[in-house]
Amino acid sequence: MGVRPVPGIVLEISHLHKAYGQNTVIEDLSLTVREGEVIVIVGPSGCGKSTLLRCINALESNQGGEVRLHGEPVLKGSKNLPEIRQKIGMVFQNYELFPHMTVLDNIMLAPVKAQGRKKSEVREEALALLKRVGLETKANSFPRQLSGGQKQRTAIVRALCMHPDILLFDEVTAALDPEMVREVLEVILDLANQGKTMLVVTHEMQFARAIADWVVFLDDGRICEEGTPEEFFDHPKTERAKKFLNTFTFERKARQPKTI
Amino acid sequence: MDWEFISTNIPLYREAAVLTVKIGFAGILVAILLGLLCEIIVYCRIPVLRRAVAVYIELSRNTPLLIQLFFIYYGLPKIGIRTDAQACGVAGLAFLGGSYMAEAFRSGVEAVGAAQEESAYSLGLSRMQTIRYVILPQAFAISAPAFVANVIFLLKETSVFSAVSLMDLMFTAKDLIGLYYNTTESLALLVVFYLLILLPVSLLGSVLERRLRYAGFGT
Repeated sequence: MGVRPVPGIVLEISHLHKAYGQNTVIEDLSLTVREGEVIVIVGPSGCGKSTLLRCINALESNQGGEVRLHGEPVLKGSKNLPEIRQKIGMVFQNYELFPHMTVLDNIMLAPVKAQGRKKSEVREEALALLKRVGLETKANSFPRQLSGGQKQRTAIVRALCMHPDILLFDEVTAALDPEMVREVLEVILDLANQGKTMLVVTHEMQFARAIADWVVFLDDGRICEEGTPEEFFDHPKTERAKKFLNTFTFERKARQPKTI
Repeated sequence: MDWEFISTNIPLYREAAVLTVKIGFAGILVAILLGLLCEIIVYCRIPVLRRAVAVYIELSRNTPLLIQLFFIYYGLPKIGIRTDAQACGVAGLAFLGGSYMAEAFRSGVEAVGAAQEESAYSLGLSRMQTIRYVILPQAFAISAPAFVANVIFLLKETSVFSAVSLMDLMFTAKDLIGLYYNTTESLALLVVFYLLILLPVSLLGSVLERRLRYAGFGT
């Protein structure tokens, strides 16, 4: 039984439903990601952004709807799940590097063991990628010897080295110091410029605006509003989005003259 | 102190020590494998076997080694399974140690955490690959202190082997006391020989623990 891939479409989420017991986290959510597209997902804490990403590579089971990668369903418990996950790169908020391996071994593990590629070839590629993110001197360091930003760049290289069809970024700068945020975001921006397909969850609105082809605003597990970054950030249509965006701007009232 | 008695009997103790160490380490080796097997069964949540492991662990941890040895040595032949004293010693130690090792590994695996597992899965590693390359190496490092403590504990437990007529250190000491009434000398030799066996193990253990401390990782 063949599956007909829809041309240009990388990822298709249709009518996804996710609940923990009685508590609905994602409700009837549909989203399509096309080749080379960068979709940024924003929204308040607890709106289901991270859960959505975790549902995409079936780290979470879902209670309805489906996720398809190039037409192939991603199903928790299915036999070919590891192979499908190889095509979905994921970068976590807390890096989740393997602490007992060097940077290079972290990157090489999955391409060599899961994809069965040649060690020498993978090493070469890993070193080239590390060089591109400015970590060529850290190849033999252990994660504990790296700064947060360096760890996160390593994690991005680790995902990239698998040659994924799509990259998922789950609030990858949330655990970083402000200065390190920039070095990580620049790497992601660079990937966007190379035409990688990405789904980015972030709280960095400036960055979201710069990188997104399409912004999705999630609230209460539903897509509340979506549009181009200009539309969304400059002319939000819904009250909910306006209120959300307002939390990022600060204004001080005019100074009151001092009374005695 | 009768020094002549001590020097003439040292060879006897040495022989017994070799036997104790042989059976001790064989038993511990099997215990490690058994513990690992149990932990993998529990970790993979293999249906029926998982229950069996739970029963085994409770049974093994809550009964004394002496009684386990009696069961194996005197009980098993009754149902047609013949064991010699040495095999019985190894089996007894493995039966006792397997549960302790399983618990040590389990705490290690639990300390590694679900996020590491998810990280490996998201890279497309299979379950077995995740266990082998990501979970176990970290779990071993984390459980090293408990593991070393178990090895020392099990080596000390070998002192009950004499009960199934193994010519181990304890047996030799009791034998000599019975024959010559040189209680002080016999017991002093016993202590010295146990120390000779256990001190190197302890020292090696603390070196191992220090080497593996990087498993404390830090973020």
